[in-house]
Amino acid sequence: MITLLIEHREGQIKDICFEMLTLANKIASAQKKEITSVILSDNCQPIADTIKSYCHKIICVEDNLLQNFNTQIYLPVLSNIIKEIKPTVTFIGHTGFGTDLAPYLASSLSIPLLTDTFDIELSSDKLLARRQMYGGKINADITSKSLPAIVTVRAGSFEKIMTSSALIPNLSASITKLPFNINPAIPEQSKFLEYGEVPTTGIDITKSDVLIAVGRGIKEQKNLSAIEKFAEDIGGALACTRPIIDAGWLPKDRQVGSSGKTVKPKLYIALGISGAFQHISGMKSAETIIAVNKDPEAPIFSVAHYGIVGDLLKILPLLANRIKEMKA
Amino acid sequence: MEIIVCLKMVPDTSETEVRVDSTGKDILKVRLVYTTNEADNYALETALLLKEKYGGTVTLISVGPQKVDEVLRMGLAKGADRAIRLTDDLFEKGDAWTTAKVIAQAISKIKFDLILTGCIATDDGGSQIGPALAALLNIPSAAYVNKIEIIDNVKLKVDRELEGGILEKKELHLPALLTIQTGINTPRYPSIIGIKRAAAKPLDVFDATKLGIDIKAIESLTILERMYMPKIEAKAQFITGSDDEISLKLATLVKEKAGL
Repeated sequence: MITLLIEHREGQIKDICFEMLTLANKIASAQKKEITSVILSDNCQPIADTIKSYCHKIICVEDNLLQNFNTQIYLPVLSNIIKEIKPTVTFIGHTGFGTDLAPYLASSLSIPLLTDTFDIELSSDKLLARRQMYGGKINADITSKSLPAIVTVRAGSFEKIMTSSALIPNLSASITKLPFNINPAIPEQSKFLEYGEVPTTGIDITKSDVLIAVGRGIKEQKNLSAIEKFAEDIGGALACTRPIIDAGWLPKDRQVGSSGKTVKPKLYIALGISGAFQHISGMKSAETIIAVNKDPEAPIFSVAHYGIVGDLLKILPLLANRIKEMKA
Repeated sequence: MEIIVCLKMVPDTSETEVRVDSTGKDILKVRLVYTTNEADNYALETALLLKEKYGGTVTLISVGPQKVDEVLRMGLAKGADRAIRLTDDLFEKGDAWTTAKVIAQAISKIKFDLILTGCIATDDGGSQIGPALAALLNIPSAAYVNKIEIIDNVKLKVDRELEGGILEKKELHLPALLTIQTGINTPRYPSIIGIKRAAAKPLDVFDATKLGIDIKAIESLTILERMYMPKIEAKAQFITGSDDEISLKLATLVKEKAGL
């Protein structure tokens, strides 16, 4: 049995679930296993309807307390399900939701956890997970000493099941409803309040046709003003990676990547950005990507259309002058 | 408020090439500089700011060999009150589960209101220890926190960072554990006086025996089979030449693609 947890927010199923269904079906058909999706929600039926052709069984637990994600409330429900049906592996998205829940759940069950994996191999008694380490500079294969295990899956690692290039399953899942019983003290320990958004500063980088994005490679904050000037000259807006936000050099709404914004401009110029997975996931769909980086092995060059290996602090002033000449 | 901060010493690999060593199970570490894990620095700063506002103490905990004292002394120099290093060959051989169990055992002997860890380590990137530790201690936790408010000394109101710039606001009862996201504050540098004072602050070392740990209970649940270099297929068409030539080619390209 393979189990996967369906993640939803404000009634919407998250894309990672459709990606995990692709993974689960791949393993299920090779290993002759069945897939059970678990839905915890205040309204399970619409979610179940959407996924029922992609799995064999669906377990629904419904209660108003399950409307929004909450580790402490999910925990007893999921623990009971895992203890009861003993799935070989339980897939959870490596998302803001999964990273909060999965280690807590695995640890309280004392079972192995493999996080942020981008590929899985399952044989009769062994689970092997592939993941990145050292910010994507190294890959590692990790196995689970025992089963059942919990695995969190990196977003974007698999195609969504409905647009998968493999055979799209046409199953008809049976639905089991389980009662919701929880110690009334738990909801008092940890309460969901509301969702919020990052404050905006007026410029919406998702609306800009041209983005000049900067990363750690710009070295110092004082180098930003020349880059901003250049951005203005070519009619673009300034965007950046997470470290630039953390350093406080640009406001949070300029961040591109999994914890920031997803952008699809006509032109994306990446300056001093090595191309961590988290950043690439937010910009890889840009029409044209130009990357300047001093490291020829930087992962950014795997998504860029044009690459320049060199010192951006030397190249940028020359480029800015050329643009000025051409415009004159 | 009694606060515990978990610190991890990691090799600084943000700007350096990383290679796999001859065992195929670790990276080549000879030339690497070791430092406090980035997110842990933000966790420590969070603790120091809370101590300044509400009083109390900050206790640092780290797992590792004697070298780790550098990270702990740095934390003491910044203003933490005492440090604990958990050291044993058995701990070194473990995985995240081992580390969480060892730290939980040490913390079970300490009075605390709040535990802070970084949200992710720059070496393994597992994001496991914080919530795993909270589960072992049976306290509520929240991961990837980027804002904290303390209400009446008994509750926390926190913002968690989700995907796409969405925040989740939630309330937790103390004692609790939070994993801290980078960027929540601006970590301080230690002062000269702080560095001098740190030398006199207590730094206790415990091994498995002293902690009274059941060896069987901390055995790893996973095995790192191998490390290898990822295959990066450069898709980019590289623009080459002198800086002058590059800038001309690049300008032409930018002009066309930006529609100038």
